[in-house]
Amino acid sequence: MLETRKANGEVITGSVKLIHAAGMHARPAVKLTKLAKRFQAQISVRTSATAEWINAKSVSKIMTLRAARDSVIEFEASGEDAEAAVAALVELVAADFPDSDP
Amino acid sequence: MNVRPDIAGQTYKGRTASIGFAHGPFVRVDATPTDGRAVGTPPDEEHALRAALSSAGRQVAALAEAAGGEAAQILEFQVALLEDEEFLEPTFAAIRAGASADAAWASALAEQIADYNSAADEYLQARSSDLADLRDRVLRTLRGGDGETLKVPGGAVVCADDLPPSRFLEIDWSNGGGLALLRGSPTSHVAMLARARGIPMVVQLGAVSTGAASALLDGEGATLELDPSSERVGLFERRWELHRKNRASARAILRRPAASWNGDKIRLLINIQQVEDTNHPDAQYADGIGLMRTEFLLAGKAELPDEDTQYAAYDAVLRWAGNRPVTIRTFDAGGDKPVSGFTEDGEANPFLGVRGLRLCLRHPGIFGVQLRALARAAVRGNLKVMFPMVTTPDELEAGRALFVEAVGLLQSEGVDAALPPLGIMVEVPAAALTIDRFKAAFFSIGSNDLAQYVTACDRSNGALAALIDPLNPAVLDLIGRVAEFGARSGIAVSLCGDMAGDPRCVPALLSRGLRELSINPSALAHIKRTIDELGSEGGCE
Repeated sequence: MLETRKANGEVITGSVKLIHAAGMHARPAVKLTKLAKRFQAQISVRTSATAEWINAKSVSKIMTLRAARDSVIEFEASGEDAEAAVAALVELVAADFPDSDP
Repeated sequence: MNVRPDIAGQTYKGRTASIGFAHGPFVRVDATPTDGRAVGTPPDEEHALRAALSSAGRQVAALAEAAGGEAAQILEFQVALLEDEEFLEPTFAAIRAGASADAAWASALAEQIADYNSAADEYLQARSSDLADLRDRVLRTLRGGDGETLKVPGGAVVCADDLPPSRFLEIDWSNGGGLALLRGSPTSHVAMLARARGIPMVVQLGAVSTGAASALLDGEGATLELDPSSERVGLFERRWELHRKNRASARAILRRPAASWNGDKIRLLINIQQVEDTNHPDAQYADGIGLMRTEFLLAGKAELPDEDTQYAAYDAVLRWAGNRPVTIRTFDAGGDKPVSGFTEDGEANPFLGVRGLRLCLRHPGIFGVQLRALARAAVRGNLKVMFPMVTTPDELEAGRALFVEAVGLLQSEGVDAALPPLGIMVEVPAAALTIDRFKAAFFSIGSNDLAQYVTACDRSNGALAALIDPLNPAVLDLIGRVAEFGARSGIAVSLCGDMAGDPRCVPALLSRGLRELSINPSALAHIKRTIDELGSEGGCE
């Protein structure tokens, strides 16, 4: 499911299936935005069912995705650490939002 | 606050949720004040909002830190929203267009809350309460309140649209007071809490004026009177005094021998939801504990309680009871009692969902910890254990198998343990109708849920409060059926719902063969006197 590729030199994309039982709800959304904010890159996210890209650093926007279990989450990032950002976010979703170590 | 002549003496009629009287300061807790803030220029307003947001952020972060664990994760959602520029942008845009900070914030949040409420997904709908919490916290800060948790003076008549149990618990009721709800329901969770604490509560009052300084709340007549005249206060105080005297004489009745009816001894046991409930002054007169709820062990904790914590609670209650029987009900989570990390999220119809024993059987890990703690407690006193929300005999047997396994494992570890007598709650009509199929040591009728399922009325829906009548002949018929089977086969039957503590219902229960009632400690005196009076009237219904 993890698939990152460099397109046009700048934009990094990746996609991953959401396995979280309750879908993209408050706690997963908070974890995702917290992780996204650690990167300088501009990061966008959408589900394969929605056309519009939204800001991956906005928890309120991610809640509006209403991504259900088993939907595919797509990331798109540009900027210096874009590759690391997409890899980390894909890993977070694939691992079902584990509690991060303090 | 001065008394406003247009409010003084206004009286509202509602429905009784908990009997009692209160006279004290009138405090509205949910209405955010709509006045009193001077509006500045757009840059001033933007600055005021920024300050309020960061203050709210600090408050929520402090709450999260104090709570820890799961609760902290939930509060982090609010923290994340406060740091979300896209979330805040519509508010700042409105301010730049000339709106005041509080109006802009309130209207932006109202839109978001409406959006969450319109979601098909119930979990998402429930998140709107997080947004409402955040909205109110920021508004309190903006409007000059300290933004801290509400401070309610002792003995106050607290008025709210509705009140979640958590806010009820935040209020200090040690000096009395009362609760007046504009909506709400007598069958709600918060009504149960009010009855357990003896706090008068009236619900469904409709629109009530704000701005009164004091109020009288009459839990018997189900009325709320704002800024009463001194004559009205005098009258009220006399009624209250009479109520106290009645209660005092009822208490004297408690000291007399057990209640009897038609020559049969009627056993009166108590319902408790935590160890501390045994401290109620009347509790000592009970014939035992007919229902110890355990899901309150799960509430407000960061983690599910471990075996030793549970054992300590069960053991404490058994020690308090001495030789008297103690019936502990295994976790009855789900329905209107969600527990994060345990109950199912997003059920369309939680009351018909995975709750009670259904839920426990799906979580043998969590259930196993409770069964181990109970098996250890079983050797310490007169313990009985019952499963809630049982539909078929297979479920009882599946629960029993897990229990037997837990006992075996403990004994193989060299730990003292025993299998206590196992019973079931009778609250699903299917169980009541086929009661002879269950190999239970005892039955306990949960009349609240039984009435809900028999009348097809959601307990939490105030609009149906009149229809969910436990005296509906269909409900009484099922109760009679279970009592009759118990008498015929020598299996004890008790009833632990609200109707056992309702003097109106007691004659119907006794005449249908029940000889064991389990009620809140605060209702013991009243019910014992009710039974005595029935007896002296010849004991016919």
